[in-house]
Amino acid sequence: MASGNILEVENLRVDIPVASGMLHPVRGIDFSVSRGETLCIVGESGCGKSLTSLAVMGLLPKTARRTAARMDFLGHDIRTLREREMARLRGGSISMIFQEPMTSLNPSYTIGNQLAEVYLRHVEQSRAAARDRAVFLLEKVGISSAGSRLGQYPHQLSGGQRQRVMIAMALMCGPELIIADEPTTALDVTIQAQILHVLADLQHEFEMGMILITHDLGIVARVADKVQVMYAGKTVEEGPCEAVFDAPMHPYTQGLLRCIPIPGKTQRGERLGSVPGIVPNLVGELSGCMFRNRCEYASEACAEMRDEPTRMGDGHAYTCLRAPEEIAGERQGAGGTL
Amino acid sequence: MTEAAAALETVDVTCVFHVGQGFLRGAKPLRAVNGVSLKIPQGQVVGLVGESGCGKSTMANILLGLQKPSSGDVLYSGNSAAGFSRRQIARRIQPIFQDPYSSLNPTKTIESIVSQPLKIHNVGEPSEWSAKVAEMLDVVGLPRRVASSYPSQLSGGQRQRVAIARALVMRPEVVICDEPTSALDVSVQSQILNLLQDLKEELGLTYLLISHNLAVVQHMADRVAVMYLGRIVEEADAQTLFNDPRHPYTRALLGSVLTPDPRLGVPDTHLGTVFPNPIDPPPGCSFHPRCSECMEICRSRAPRPVADGGHETECHLYGNTGGQDRHVAHND
Repeated sequence: MASGNILEVENLRVDIPVASGMLHPVRGIDFSVSRGETLCIVGESGCGKSLTSLAVMGLLPKTARRTAARMDFLGHDIRTLREREMARLRGGSISMIFQEPMTSLNPSYTIGNQLAEVYLRHVEQSRAAARDRAVFLLEKVGISSAGSRLGQYPHQLSGGQRQRVMIAMALMCGPELIIADEPTTALDVTIQAQILHVLADLQHEFEMGMILITHDLGIVARVADKVQVMYAGKTVEEGPCEAVFDAPMHPYTQGLLRCIPIPGKTQRGERLGSVPGIVPNLVGELSGCMFRNRCEYASEACAEMRDEPTRMGDGHAYTCLRAPEEIAGERQGAGGTL
Repeated sequence: MTEAAAALETVDVTCVFHVGQGFLRGAKPLRAVNGVSLKIPQGQVVGLVGESGCGKSTMANILLGLQKPSSGDVLYSGNSAAGFSRRQIARRIQPIFQDPYSSLNPTKTIESIVSQPLKIHNVGEPSEWSAKVAEMLDVVGLPRRVASSYPSQLSGGQRQRVAIARALVMRPEVVICDEPTSALDVSVQSQILNLLQDLKEELGLTYLLISHNLAVVQHMADRVAVMYLGRIVEEADAQTLFNDPRHPYTRALLGSVLTPDPRLGVPDTHLGTVFPNPIDPPPGCSFHPRCSECMEICRSRAPRPVADGGHETECHLYGNTGGQDRHVAHND
């Protein structure tokens, strides 16, 4: 792996005991992020993308078991850190932005209080410095008359403003890595574009690494440097953003891209593609490609397939038995529509 | 506008809520819908788009007869709503809501949920109901065995199919789809959109599609109305609106759509960060504080709708000659 990486994770697994056996929501995934880079993890509900981020933050539910071959963040081995040391990193050098700004801000404290709290805890014990930093960042994220906003409560702000406050809060201690879990899903399209703009600008300005978790392929295409497509707890395809969108290799990635109406590309009223079937149950012993029961190319060999990704060079890789030539030939036959 | 008979029409509908400002401070009027005239022609799909808080869902409630407008009238096939009872309206118009997790009663079986409208409207014999339910489940593509399941046993997409079956069991003329796919995963969204499209052809339905996902609206709608703070600021047939958006707000909305194109970055909407308070709307054009092309006149005078063929725009940029005179009740 490249040495510029701030976070390197190898073979991360999460297992949760449930009534019917052992649930395997994350089944061995690798990823890395370097300074100033955006990694997008994309997948549908239940694919394990949120648990992956919580595993990095050390915020998994108590019953969940996390194992990994490697989890390095800036020289710290996250696997062996004690809770106290992890707490020092969390909010300090790694911070997180959650989906729902309504529930992730405390309704009974002012914005100023909540922004200052993280700074006083991690950086220095000076209320004046915390206040200055808060005003500076609120202006950065595009909140007008920032000074007077500090005394306001979350309910006095709109959804978009709350998410801006969440971003400011994540930046309070100058983190090296930001994990954003569906940061704009609850927002209107116009606000979504604005928030993503703010995030991308600040990420470049402060040279932070970012892991953005989303199900929206439009967002991924616009902000990602690297993309990782997850299905049933595994990475099915990964690579540089352009490579993955220009030439998706895994049937699941291809299916996802066919599902969405794209203005100017899909005809009005035309039938959209779909991925039939539902996500498999991840309890118990699992083997083979988990997408096989929804895949149009599935054969018997898929049930015994091992996770050996086919590498295409430039970091683009996918886990499927189909040969690159076969997929490329088909893409040409289909007139480049996928 | 087209001469086809409107299945559903609103005429200058206004809906005012009185919102408490706190103890002893009295209530202030909030115009959720402010003089909206919208026609939904038979057999067409009309898209209604706008940000949260613009009055889309209030419109849906008014059309469903769940909310009485403060003034103006709703016409069902040309007849005033005053002549209809709630129940009669419900026979013609049915809703599909956003969240299939909260719109289905968790303590009832799918059969009892889907047959509920038949019970309420006393359609046929109770012995026929379960055959009717089975037929509806076929129509929406669910296996018949789910009839005895509870909503919690179904996935999100399956639940939305149940909601569609419930809406269609009475064979309504119009279906109001309020964000029908926002709560669903993309692969499920496409299945539901295909289903809605097929049902429209098969059953000759008319849809009002309320959504903030413009890609979905462009895919489905014949006509599109853009709402901003209780007003329809632009309305045209879908192709015209998407090819030639006029109102700065429509342009910003269209510019915010993130198509999966890795060569484009995040678009700049040129919208300010101030979101006007609907209780205290700005004077003049209510969009002017966020508008990148705001002129002097916009701050003081509300624009009137200007019609150009079937393309109606409410913006000073397009002059106010030739527009019909309509009372704009922004500041009274």
